[in-house]
Amino acid sequence: MNEPFRLSTEDLQHIVMSLQQKGYEVIGPRNSDGVIVYDRIHSTDDLPAGFVDEQAPGMYRLAKNGGTQFFGYTLPPQSWKRFLYLPRRELIAFDKDGKSFGVSHQKDEAKPYAFIGARPCELKAISIQDRVFSSGDYLDDGYLSARRRNFIIAVNCSHAGENCFCTSFGTGPEAESGFDIALTEIVNEEKHFFVAGAGSDSGKSLIEEIGPARAVEGDVDAAHEVIRKTSDAITKSLDIAGLPKLLSDNSDHPHWDDVAKRCLTCGNCTMVCPTCFCSTVEDATDLSGKTAKRTRIWDSCFTMDFARVSGGNFRISAKSRYRQWLTHKLSSWVEQFGVSGCVGCGRCITWCPVGIDLTAEVGAIKGGVAKQENGGS
Amino acid sequence: MKPQDLTESLHEHPFLNNMNEELLKTLTSCASNVVFNEGTYLFHEGEDAKTFYLLRSGRVVLEVRGGERGQIRIQTVGAGEVLGWSWLISPYKWHFDAFALEQVHAFAIDASCLVSKCETDCHFGYEMLRRFSEVLERRLEATRLQLLDVYGSAVGERGENY
Amino acid sequence: MIDTNIAVKRTEAPISMLPALATVRRVIWETDDTYTLLIDPPRANGRSFAFSAGQFNMVYAFGTGESAISISSDPSRPNMLAHTIHRVGTVTSALSRLRRGDTIGLRGPFGTAWPIEEAVGKDVCIAAGGIGLAPLRPVIYTLLRRREEFGRIMILYGARSPLDLLYRVELEEWSKAANAEVIITVDRGDSSWKGHIGVVTGLFSYLKMDTPATLAMVCGPEVMMKYTCEELERRGLAAERIYLSMERNMKCGVGLCGHCQFGPKFICKDGPVFSLPQIKHLLDRKEI
Repeated sequence: MNEPFRLSTEDLQHIVMSLQQKGYEVIGPRNSDGVIVYDRIHSTDDLPAGFVDEQAPGMYRLAKNGGTQFFGYTLPPQSWKRFLYLPRRELIAFDKDGKSFGVSHQKDEAKPYAFIGARPCELKAISIQDRVFSSGDYLDDGYLSARRRNFIIAVNCSHAGENCFCTSFGTGPEAESGFDIALTEIVNEEKHFFVAGAGSDSGKSLIEEIGPARAVEGDVDAAHEVIRKTSDAITKSLDIAGLPKLLSDNSDHPHWDDVAKRCLTCGNCTMVCPTCFCSTVEDATDLSGKTAKRTRIWDSCFTMDFARVSGGNFRISAKSRYRQWLTHKLSSWVEQFGVSGCVGCGRCITWCPVGIDLTAEVGAIKGGVAKQENGGS
Repeated sequence: MKPQDLTESLHEHPFLNNMNEELLKTLTSCASNVVFNEGTYLFHEGEDAKTFYLLRSGRVVLEVRGGERGQIRIQTVGAGEVLGWSWLISPYKWHFDAFALEQVHAFAIDASCLVSKCETDCHFGYEMLRRFSEVLERRLEATRLQLLDVYGSAVGERGENY
Repeated sequence: MIDTNIAVKRTEAPISMLPALATVRRVIWETDDTYTLLIDPPRANGRSFAFSAGQFNMVYAFGTGESAISISSDPSRPNMLAHTIHRVGTVTSALSRLRRGDTIGLRGPFGTAWPIEEAVGKDVCIAAGGIGLAPLRPVIYTLLRRREEFGRIMILYGARSPLDLLYRVELEEWSKAANAEVIITVDRGDSSWKGHIGVVTGLFSYLKMDTPATLAMVCGPEVMMKYTCEELERRGLAAERIYLSMERNMKCGVGLCGHCQFGPKFICKDGPVFSLPQIKHLLDRKEI
């Protein structure tokens, strides 16, 4: 971070207000019924001060620790995906006109979003979806329209969740790019402030507009210390060396059957994953039959309908559907988009009702292969 | 046709592809040229299987007597293919009717002649069986594929949103 | 913030989900459950609707939905578009009820094309099964129109029964008029059927293909394609000279919805036409 600044909590409130005045819908973390959600916030009072989360495979608890830290939790179930790539989006309206019909494109007229509190792994996830929706010959205009107007304030991680493994992918716990402003929150006995740096011209001008103090050397050191401690506290890891090939070569590995016995094919992992992008469309008419709508909704490769065609279904077994998800995420994604589809956020582990942990599943496949290669049984 | 000519034309049949001269001569001694007119039967279900045919031209359809369903046509066999192996396997009776859809030219191989040669000359016998097994294997594979009814829709998948 | 490369990239790119309107000219029933829609194609900015043999459209029936359907008409006649459709579900049933003058929505053409230019100077073997003849018909039109540019033209076609054969009149014409070898087989014959009975793979023995000089294009149910490719390779055709057209569930047609993935491939944009080496390793795997 060049030119680090020191932002007080009041400065952050000024930033929120300034963004609102500029026409942004400001989205940040809130405590909602015992879970952190990203939602509209009006001021820093809405931030979940003093809340920390506990996560483990298949487990999430939010608790108040009595502190004042705004961003003391690790990750909420839902990522920013739901604002950029809407879970339900009306794409087209059709109006019947005799034998013909009219077609109108449903433009997304939402206000631009300013995100406050994006985690480093989430920034990476957003950059991955940027590629997904714009790297081919066709692009998703709704997504890109939201992204072009998007302002992001990242917050580096001060707590490592049990399911975090961003360090395996180099996607955290410190944000390196993809933000307008990045903050490191520092809370100690006497002070609560942020070390801030700009990541873009608009981030820089917003900071200048607020006019905070320059950070002193001790502030920057404290920020580095926060990040170092978080990094050291991450215990989960995924060995990503040779991972795409490992999975594409082992589609018949017996371990897939083992996962299939546990997997409920509920699709939770795909819903909470910040990069999963599969969708389907729904067509419907009103009762008069005069107007019809085409709506895009999030879909999941775990549903029975996903690979169904008129003559049958390509993926019937739970095994094939879990394998499709994991192999796509960690292997074929690389061939398709030049980057892994996983950022190490661990949401799929936390929100799996039976606590399936992809790092363990990959480990089992890798271990099995290594055993075979060593002539073991 | 002289035996020499017969050997040469037998040699051209794909079933006997790359068979050595000596074995081919042995086979020639059991072979003759036959012609069946369009609309005639080469053999009938239940008859003794005394011959098999290497088809040179024309097409034969195998029929099963299907009772109330009439004659069911299950497979056609054409030029370059082999027709019949019931002569090889007990009880040595034809399982189908073989009907000439077109005029058929074929080599007829006399089964009792061939069996006796196979028994006296194991090398020849092995070579014939090896070639027959290949034909059987391919025919079985094709039949399985036919059974799959690949052009029909999978059961229970109709009515979906396509 | 957004990556500036992405921010400026193709702001004029097509809105891929928006259908263009087209008018139905005729509905021709090919069999009991399969019909061909003849369509006046949409015109965009005065340009005609150009497509390549092998590509598909997303065809929309008002209020009911879309289905990915290959184009089965002649690419040199872009003013008359044809889609041959198997009536199996709600969309394809809704489309089957359309009449002259009705409107449909079309998005496309999408996907890769058959390698017609690569086939110039070679013998061409076309192997189709069932409705798989539809995406190959544009190839046949092209080959026959440019007849002198190709060697032998062999068309092998397998269907369930004589009553399930598509384009019966044209099959007759192709075999008679145009110096093409057309061999038809059915899985189930009847007493009036004089053609072959058996699977498509059984027809190769009648062809005496000059395999080094031949290029093959295969389309049909996946099982049929798999065995056909095996048979072609067994007969000495190099895998690089074998092309096939794949099918998967498609919702968007442009690589954004994820449904049509086949290993790392998106059938809609990397296919539907692939050379065998591109996907051979995936064809043998279960439930990919």
